[in-house]
Amino acid sequence: MTVTSTPLLSVSGLVKRFPGVMALQGVDFEVRAGEVHCLLGQNGAGKSTLIKVLSGAHRPDEGEIRWQGEIAEFGSPTAAMRSGVAAMYQELDLVAGLSVADNVFLGHELSTMGFTRRAEARRRTRALLDRLGHPDIPPDRDVGRLSVAHQQVVSMARALSLDSKLLIMDEPSAVLDPDEVRILFGVIRELTAHGVAVVYISHRMAEIREIGDRVTVLKDGRTVATGLSAREVRTSELIGLMTGRVLENVFPHREPVDPAAPEVLVVRGLADGDRFSGVDLTVRAGEVVGLAGLVGSGRSEILETIYGARKPAEGTVEVEGRKLRPGSVGAAVRAGMGLCPEERKSQGLLLDQAVYRNITVSSLPSFARFGFLDDRTERARSSLLTEALDVRPPGVDRVVRGLSGGNQQKVVLARWLLRECRVLLLDEPTRGVDVGARSEIYELIRDLAARGVAVVVVSSDVEEVLGLADRVLVVCEGRVVHEGPSGEIDESRVLDLVMEGHAA
Amino acid sequence: MSEDTAVTPTNRPVPVKESQSTVSALLSSAAGRNTGLVVALVLLCLAGVVTAGDRFADVDNVLTILRLAAVIGVVSVGMTFVITGGGIDLSVGAIVALSSVWATTLATQGLANSTHWIVMVFTALAVGGACGLVNGVLIAYGRVVAFIATLASLAAARGLAEIISNRKTQIVNVPGFAAFFDASVLGVPVLVVIFAVVAAAGWVLLNRTTFGRRTFAVGGNPEAARLAGIDVRRHTVLLYTLLGLCCGLAAVMLIARTTTGSATHGGLYELDAIAAVVIGGTLLSGGRGTIAGTVFGVLIFTTLSNVFTLNNLSISAQAVAKGAIIVVAVLLQQRLARRSGV
Repeated sequence: MTVTSTPLLSVSGLVKRFPGVMALQGVDFEVRAGEVHCLLGQNGAGKSTLIKVLSGAHRPDEGEIRWQGEIAEFGSPTAAMRSGVAAMYQELDLVAGLSVADNVFLGHELSTMGFTRRAEARRRTRALLDRLGHPDIPPDRDVGRLSVAHQQVVSMARALSLDSKLLIMDEPSAVLDPDEVRILFGVIRELTAHGVAVVYISHRMAEIREIGDRVTVLKDGRTVATGLSAREVRTSELIGLMTGRVLENVFPHREPVDPAAPEVLVVRGLADGDRFSGVDLTVRAGEVVGLAGLVGSGRSEILETIYGARKPAEGTVEVEGRKLRPGSVGAAVRAGMGLCPEERKSQGLLLDQAVYRNITVSSLPSFARFGFLDDRTERARSSLLTEALDVRPPGVDRVVRGLSGGNQQKVVLARWLLRECRVLLLDEPTRGVDVGARSEIYELIRDLAARGVAVVVVSSDVEEVLGLADRVLVVCEGRVVHEGPSGEIDESRVLDLVMEGHAA
Repeated sequence: MSEDTAVTPTNRPVPVKESQSTVSALLSSAAGRNTGLVVALVLLCLAGVVTAGDRFADVDNVLTILRLAAVIGVVSVGMTFVITGGGIDLSVGAIVALSSVWATTLATQGLANSTHWIVMVFTALAVGGACGLVNGVLIAYGRVVAFIATLASLAAARGLAEIISNRKTQIVNVPGFAAFFDASVLGVPVLVVIFAVVAAAGWVLLNRTTFGRRTFAVGGNPEAARLAGIDVRRHTVLLYTLLGLCCGLAAVMLIARTTTGSATHGGLYELDAIAAVVIGGTLLSGGRGTIAGTVFGVLIFTTLSNVFTLNNLSISAQAVAKGAIIVVAVLLQQRLARRSGV
């Protein structure tokens, strides 16, 4: 590593223990002023813990943090903030019920003698949001009423408002659409040109190549490589470093779908009277159909309406020829439908409960005799599934909260595997899932299809939709604008369609 | 199924005796939670023996404590379900009062005398269950916040009880009824037996049945439960109805103990029940609940009252001590929970 001048931040031998777990066990890296330093690693490699240590939310147990050459101790988030470190967490840290402007300046309110300068705060919030390409977000709006993507923008505005020297961004692009990512990158470039350093975390290789300067790779709480050139290092090398193995092909091989296979899911003229209308969709047994679209295009709403979690204004959903009662999740589940929701943590999992309880929650009656549960069988059947899916660490009595994103997703999948469902709806199945676990989940989805399940996958990752699905539907502003085999369309065409009529 | 999938070393923090640490964490949190309660109860009993001597350590006194604990205990077991399911019910005391009044009107007693005393029991259960049902429907389908809905029921049920009873205490004069509930089984008063049966049934229902499992799911993450195919609204109604039935049963027990029905029965039961549930270790935000803890919570509060009464200390002093116990218990719990890494 060549050190031209004193690095802005340098970290050596960082160790952080939690009860029963060594989250960090020797992290070294340094960040220079004006660079974008990418942090890479699988879920659970220790990235989030590292960020929390750097931003003062956790105290390290061992190791040294130097800030502009001086030994620094960030005892609290406020101390870190004062030194000039701002972090944007993946779990949004906004207070619903407060306005956008209040959130942006929360903790460092603009005030004169204890009186908040509200007009000034609004004005500066307005300027920050404009700079982030979002003149459409009103500074007075309650943050809780914004979309997730817009909340992310507010969270960015908050980090920018601190005028910090080091900005830490934990997967900022996860909920942004391509346009917004472009604007975000513009802002990052502008910041680095002024000497601000950015620590950037993302699972998307293309982003790292585009915006990153150097890369540090973490594995099992340790630095396994640091100071790699973001533009020159080979993807396979990075994946190899992260996983400790060589990855051949991300997407599994797929067999052509039997054209005579029965139509399992038939959706006709579905509309919710607001976000989408006129959606027709047919999925055969063994087929994977992908829905591509931007955040806010209505794709998640379509999926939730098919599942009965939202009431349709018109249209019908049929499973194996039987029409479902509209707006009833119970009816959908009984007919053999399963949903892996977009927000895994808030919509999918019982975070503080054991793995096996999360798996059996949708099939409790099959484990019960006269309402009494046989939890030995529950555990046994769940164990078979978690072993087959390679959920790590093993053990069905483990609390789900402690698992990584990929393993949590496998638990949700196991729930529907257990029910042997006929139709599986997957909303962003690999959001927050690292590269290695991602290909396992793809494999699993193909596997299910091979056994005759009809699968619908929603994703904002076009490459994922094309690689995984047999047929692709492109959704734009609540309408299906294209339908066809995934082999007959390429990524740029899908992106064109996705954007069509969008924010022209 | 995916044996052919290459093995990924996904997210393995550090193999620090994983299974062992989980087991020991579970043990220490389960035992730890109840140990604290057992220790508190033992300390209270010691205090009782030291300050009141034989008057405390007397069999009759112990039975008195248990008889007092039985009524609020039955309500608290029901409350454990509602709180575990993510709700709260402030109207339990008022429901007890209304049920006790309705079951002891001249009309009901007349019917009971001409048929069978069990009519009074069914009346109380029906009134309690109906009140719970109304609460549940208001909360689940009317989308009224539980706190507000049951606050309204509190006022309405108490008022209705006053109207029906004309604010008079209604003496029970049904021989069979009194004879049955005053009896003992192997030296244990029937009221205490009822409490024991309700607690045991509650434990089984919460920990061994589909209904119980769904209660944890609904309280832990209602949205996830809904998307997993659980009818969250129906389950919520069932939870409040169950609590209503418990209140009806408690009313029967209270009628038996006092030989009266009255609109003033069950005063502040809501606070006593919630306090017992919470110091027992049930999470007020839902998703975690323990019947054993609740039973200990009830016994602790009742024993405390008994010790204070035996020492001729005022009700006000009792209230202060109760408050202190709640705070200490919650602080202890948090400490234990943090240590076991939950």
